[in-house]
Amino acid sequence: MRVTRINKKDSAPKAESKVDLKLIEPLIKKYKNKKGNLIPLLQGTQNLFGYIPPEAMLLLSRETGLKISDMYGVATFYAQFRLNPVGKHIVKICHGTACHVQNAKAVTEDLQNFLEVKDGGTTPDNIFTLETVACLGCCSLAPVMMIGEETYGKLNGKKAVEVIKEIKRKETLNQKKSLTENISKN
Amino acid sequence: MAQTKVIVGLGSCGIAAGAGKVYEELQRIKVADNLDFELKKTSCIGMCFKEPLVEIIDETGSYLYGEVDSKKADEIIEKHIVNFTPVKEYIVKSDTTETKFDHYFEGQVKIALRNCGYIDPENIDEYEARGGYQAIKKIANERIGVQEVIKSILDSGLRGRGGGGFPTGLKWKFANNNRSKEKYIICNADEGDPGAFMDRSVLEGDPHSVLEGMIIGAYAIGASDGVIYCRAEYPLAIKRLNIAIAQARDKGYLGKDILGIEGFDFDLYIKEGAGAFVCGEETALIASVEGERGMPRKRPPFPAVSGLWRKPTNINNVETYANIPWIISNGAKEYAKYGTEKSKGTKVFALTGKIKNGGLVEVPMGITIKDIIYKLGGGIIDDKKFKAVQLGGPSGGCIPEYLSHTIVDYDSVNATGAIMGSGGMVVMDETTCMVDIARFFLEFTCKESCGKCTFCRVGTKRMLEILTRITEGDGREGDIEKLEELAYQIKDGSLCGLGQTAPNPVLTTIKYFRDEYEAHIRDKKCPALNCKKLLTYEIIEDKCTGCMVCKRGCPTKAISGEKKMPHFIDQELCIKCGDCYSKCKFDSIKIF
Ligand SMILES: Cc1cc2nc3c(=O)[nH]c(=O)nc-3n(C[C@H](O)[C@H](O)[C@H](O)COP(=O)(O)O)c2cc1C
Ligand code: SF4
Ligand code: SF4
Ligand code: FES
Ligand code: FES
Repeated sequence: MRVTRINKKDSAPKAESKVDLKLIEPLIKKYKNKKGNLIPLLQGTQNLFGYIPPEAMLLLSRETGLKISDMYGVATFYAQFRLNPVGKHIVKICHGTACHVQNAKAVTEDLQNFLEVKDGGTTPDNIFTLETVACLGCCSLAPVMMIGEETYGKLNGKKAVEVIKEIKRKETLNQKKSLTENISKN
Repeated sequence: MAQTKVIVGLGSCGIAAGAGKVYEELQRIKVADNLDFELKKTSCIGMCFKEPLVEIIDETGSYLYGEVDSKKADEIIEKHIVNFTPVKEYIVKSDTTETKFDHYFEGQVKIALRNCGYIDPENIDEYEARGGYQAIKKIANERIGVQEVIKSILDSGLRGRGGGGFPTGLKWKFANNNRSKEKYIICNADEGDPGAFMDRSVLEGDPHSVLEGMIIGAYAIGASDGVIYCRAEYPLAIKRLNIAIAQARDKGYLGKDILGIEGFDFDLYIKEGAGAFVCGEETALIASVEGERGMPRKRPPFPAVSGLWRKPTNINNVETYANIPWIISNGAKEYAKYGTEKSKGTKVFALTGKIKNGGLVEVPMGITIKDIIYKLGGGIIDDKKFKAVQLGGPSGGCIPEYLSHTIVDYDSVNATGAIMGSGGMVVMDETTCMVDIARFFLEFTCKESCGKCTFCRVGTKRMLEILTRITEGDGREGDIEKLEELAYQIKDGSLCGLGQTAPNPVLTTIKYFRDEYEAHIRDKKCPALNCKKLLTYEIIEDKCTGCMVCKRGCPTKAISGEKKMPHFIDQELCIKCGDCYSKCKFDSIKIF
């Protein structure tokens, strides 16, 4: 059971994220009073915010009559649902059989050491969330990781860290750019 | 003269290997140089080890190019399209010349995969052009009755390809026998076995074949609604399914009075899974569709009696459905020609692990495992020693090299202690530690247990703890016996297939590789040199040049030695991180 996924307060990012609950309204309209709607509602909510905020669960319950306990039960049962905000890039490292046999563990270890987070954790700067998943369906390229839509195959620890470094470099560049833009605007 | 076609394989793994960029490049040069060829898309043809793949079909024949990147694409177009000379060294399959890889397709019989890699999956016309929707048309035109359809499937000997191997015709018969105004048909596309991608390839490569199979199934059992339960991790499959469903509706293959069969109304929708392996189990899947936690229910009642929303429901696997239209079109006899007495037809396998030609193969039942690995798969990477093959994922087991003459059929595979499973075939060589593999699968099932049954929930955890301990050098006398005892208790005390089969990977590895367990426990050694904590790092004096690279890198300062003098590792201080081993340029560090 995935008990470990509950109460992961320590890995939650520090920054308070503002949640715009209005975004959920169309979702409620679409699924209200439909049978079997709980999972699609939670999936829709997560698509909007990247995770399922507690306030969203309260609202969903109020509007649809679904019990919060049922929602929480379902959200903690399925691996897909997250109860904490995630970083900008979700790094999914495959730990399926084919990738395991081709030493996916070494890739994970190197990434964990480099990013200084555990499985499921988010870096303090909110840029990366690290997740291990089972089979991304590209076993012939094992070991594999996926960041956003992009898949990286035939990895080793070093190659994986290089990919992360590159993304990080771009992110800091972007930050600097927007910072100078802001300054010049003012 | 027919226009030359250039076709790019754009399945998930092709895209991962860079096929998307190749497609863009081809499009660019087509426009830039104003070239006369038709640029098309297809999906997985099964040669995943040669991705990205580009096929050129001209009036002289077909040529499949492998490992194409943008640069090679330019070269191929320049030579093949502009100058009419195929680039021999990149060709991996052709109907005009022999290639090194021809044996990969010899011995394969493509029924479920008949269109994968040959059609554009987003174009219903291409499916129809290859005989698609002919089976349901045949039923409509020749007024083939429901019982006759069921009999055909029964006679074909087709058994469920999702792992259980239950005769499909029988299942349909049961669902048909139960009278109810509402009935459902479900396609199980949850594909939970980590390291297998048969169903993904079928859905991405030929979604209409699955739809047609479901339509025929709905006709046979009398269902008016269908659900495809698909893993959320397969976005491309979901996208292509949605396109296919819309096209099928447009053409009247879904809807009311389908193809003029009076009273035959049927439509279906996709339900995305939410990431739980247990939801592949049919009753858990139904609970999940109903919006609940995916917890298995007690059987009986079987879904055929009381399934989705407590109504009679038929549930089959993707590959099972993909076979159906072929059987109706070609006849049950034709299908039953392939295979063994009790296992008819073909089976798709995802061949992965330490295999040279990893990919998707469809073979007739009755072929030996050895033939799949050596004749099709080309043998083991780097010609290392073949050790075992894992079949059936977390529910299955390892078959050792000396049993590789075992033939692929349900009974023969079961006799080894493994199961046929849904088609994952992971090849392992001498560097794979069997204790670690058992631990890997137990970690998976432990995490994925739904928690309903105590033995499955707690028992798998206890087994995992023991296995972890063994791989970390803390194994004790009696651990093997304890594992076996727990294994049988879990098998007996679990409600669903997950718990009942979870101990299989442990039991089969103990059965065939007991010496490896003993080496870990008694000698604190991992013969495959895989379990880190059981390794010893030593510097080979004669080879060490005293370059000091290892000494500088060692995190615990376990290495001593002067410049240009042989170095030495203090075993007390060494934490076995492997840094020195990977950094030494002179191969002077040995592991044992
Ligand atoms: C734990 C567990 C996981 C399963 N996962 C799958 C799966 O991913 N795909 C599948 O088709 N069947 C899976 N099955 C088998 C299904 O319960 C069911 O037997 C199958 O979908 C029936 O279709 P078939 O007769 O065409 O094989 C699983 C069974 C168990 C016990
Ligand atoms: S055997 Fe395991 S997965 Fe199956 S119902 Fe029991 S606890 Fe759940
Ligand atoms: S394995 Fe690691 S700790 Fe041991 S000697 Fe080499 S570098 Fe040092
Ligand atoms: S096991 Fe990693 S992609 Fe399949
Ligand atoms: S050939 Fe591309 S996924 Fe198999």
